[in-house]
Amino acid sequence: MITAGIDMGSRSIKVILLEELKVDGAPQLKYGVKKAHIMMPGDLDQDVAADKAYDEALASAGLKREDVKVVFATGAGRKQVSFSTEGITEMTAGAKGANFMFPMARTVVDVGAEEGRGMKTDAEGRAVDFAGNEKCAAGAGSFAEAMSRALQMTLKEFGDASLKSDKSIPMNAQCTVFAESEVVSLIHSSTPKNDIAKAVLDAVASRVCAMVRRVGIEGEVVLIGGMVHNSGFVQSLKVAMGVDSVSLPDMPEYISALGCALIAAERQH
Amino acid sequence: MSAPNKYPTEQLKLWGKAKQLREQYYQNYARAKDNGGLRWSGSAWALDALPAGLGDDVYSLTGEPYAAAVAHDRKFAKECMDAAESVGFARDLCSYMRIYWGGMHLDKYLYGGKFPKPDFIFQTQICCSHSKWYQHVAKEERVPQFYVDVGVGPYKDMNAARLDYVTNQLHDGIEFLEKSTGRTFDDEKFLKAVKNEMRSTSRWADICALNKAKPAPLDEKTMYSLYVLATLSKSSQWCADFYDELYDEVKDRVARGIAAVPNEKCRMMSDTQPPWSFLKIFRYLETYGAVSIGSLYTFALEGIWEDKPDGSWGGRSLPWEKGIEMNTRDQILRLYADWNLSKPQWQHFFDPRLKTEMMLRIVKEWQVDGVMLHLNRGCEGLSLGIMENRGGIAKAGVPIMTFEGNMGDEREFDEVRTQARVDAFMEQLGLRRQAA
Repeated sequence: MITAGIDMGSRSIKVILLEELKVDGAPQLKYGVKKAHIMMPGDLDQDVAADKAYDEALASAGLKREDVKVVFATGAGRKQVSFSTEGITEMTAGAKGANFMFPMARTVVDVGAEEGRGMKTDAEGRAVDFAGNEKCAAGAGSFAEAMSRALQMTLKEFGDASLKSDKSIPMNAQCTVFAESEVVSLIHSSTPKNDIAKAVLDAVASRVCAMVRRVGIEGEVVLIGGMVHNSGFVQSLKVAMGVDSVSLPDMPEYISALGCALIAAERQH
Repeated sequence: MSAPNKYPTEQLKLWGKAKQLREQYYQNYARAKDNGGLRWSGSAWALDALPAGLGDDVYSLTGEPYAAAVAHDRKFAKECMDAAESVGFARDLCSYMRIYWGGMHLDKYLYGGKFPKPDFIFQTQICCSHSKWYQHVAKEERVPQFYVDVGVGPYKDMNAARLDYVTNQLHDGIEFLEKSTGRTFDDEKFLKAVKNEMRSTSRWADICALNKAKPAPLDEKTMYSLYVLATLSKSSQWCADFYDELYDEVKDRVARGIAAVPNEKCRMMSDTQPPWSFLKIFRYLETYGAVSIGSLYTFALEGIWEDKPDGSWGGRSLPWEKGIEMNTRDQILRLYADWNLSKPQWQHFFDPRLKTEMMLRIVKEWQVDGVMLHLNRGCEGLSLGIMENRGGIAKAGVPIMTFEGNMGDEREFDEVRTQARVDAFMEQLGLRRQAA
């Protein structure tokens, strides 16, 4: 049986095609990822983009629509996926996907482009509590992105630069606009770029951490979402949360789509 | 949670009357001068039995419910807030206050005509905005003002000195009322008003207690249109009588198993004022079979409660039914002060843990499955300590969610995001949307 999970994020669409595996002997995963596909839509027409991303994923896996038993959607634009059977929230999907990758995960931190959130999960990967940022971009990937632009660096360079700094410069992480002006002030005062990058990522990590603390930090901590690729942020988050390690999945931006496909599969039994 | 049920439902018979009384209240204020009456302004927490001692032709405009009514008219609300902001007031101030101020500066009343000018201000002080709000009104309208400081600590720690402090201010308040209006204070009328207020606020608590029944006879969206009468004129005869009638009707609904939400299978409670222009969020909950049975805010903004002999929470017993004397002015003022100081919704100003305890009590007695907290950026007073409340409720193992918004300023409310939060919370509670 093949199920699909589509994560309609604010910047990208992620598709996971999940295949139920034949279990011959334990221990073995019951499900395997048949295909992972990501697409950055060039227009705002989300229902058209969802169709396109799904078709591309199917084509690259050599599948047709009729081969997929059920499609579940998640993400901010999940209601735009006209061909999905059901929509589930990012909290439920993210917790499920993270638990699949790391069965001991009890705290899941999800930092994507537009939203950061923390979930407390149980052993089955159910989100039993959650907290998220509200209308400001602080605590989300777009904040870090805007700041890296101000420093004229790529996100990768930005993260790497921050790891080279041991300074701690407090800065405003409430508002992207004000933070950007702070970055400009730091540039004008000849503060090294590495230190500015660390200041920004420390500020984002601090905001994310404050959200996660609302639900409590317990057990294994897993970070999912695009910000996993930012090594400087990961380090800042570890320090802010006061934990020795944060587990990072291989395909962090796909975890909610994965959770979505898993829930779709489980509901067929 | 139990399996989904299908309960009978029917419209509240008194619904139309509640709307009519509310409309009449605002018209009375606007027309007070037609027959030489008096107008005063203050908050919904003002001790309104005192101005009632000036005569039967004295009408109030309580600021918060007025601003909430404006907030429901999104276009006019924005116009009022723009007017307040153009005077120079910051956008992060109390949104009720900005709406009231804006209407005053625009000289425009929600119910038509010019903004009616009060003859005096009579106000309590427990919330900072409440004081500054009417200081500005008094200055602009050039009218006398009087404030009663009720910040004397939690009711559980009440003592004679604290009660004296408030009672003595009420004596001064009578002097102010006489001096500023030239009228003589009538102790008989005052006593009648105090008794009305005690009846109204105790009876409202009794009505809320009826919502412990399963299925709940009332949902919170409906309760907003009912509790509001106490915020307008809790010391009036019409308010006290209405709540007696309402109590009988709700009791009858419980006896006949009439539900507010026919598909009730999950009971929620909220906190603080809702975003008034988006009350449909409560209807959205119902698509999951979730009914909001009320909140500490709805129950106790005006409701006065006590521990009953069986340990449950219910309306506070009326003093005269317990044989307590109400003969002299001082006796009445003292009882009146004590009654108001026991208001549950005042307690969190002193310690958020007191509010958490009361909220957990509601969770237990009303059999609540989940709590939905509105992080209300429009009200510093009622949002004070709300994250402490979240922590305390979560620690007690009760599922809880938060959403950000503003009771009066829709610019701070994101409907889609809030619905997404509700979706996630419903999933957390194991609920799925039901077909319409």
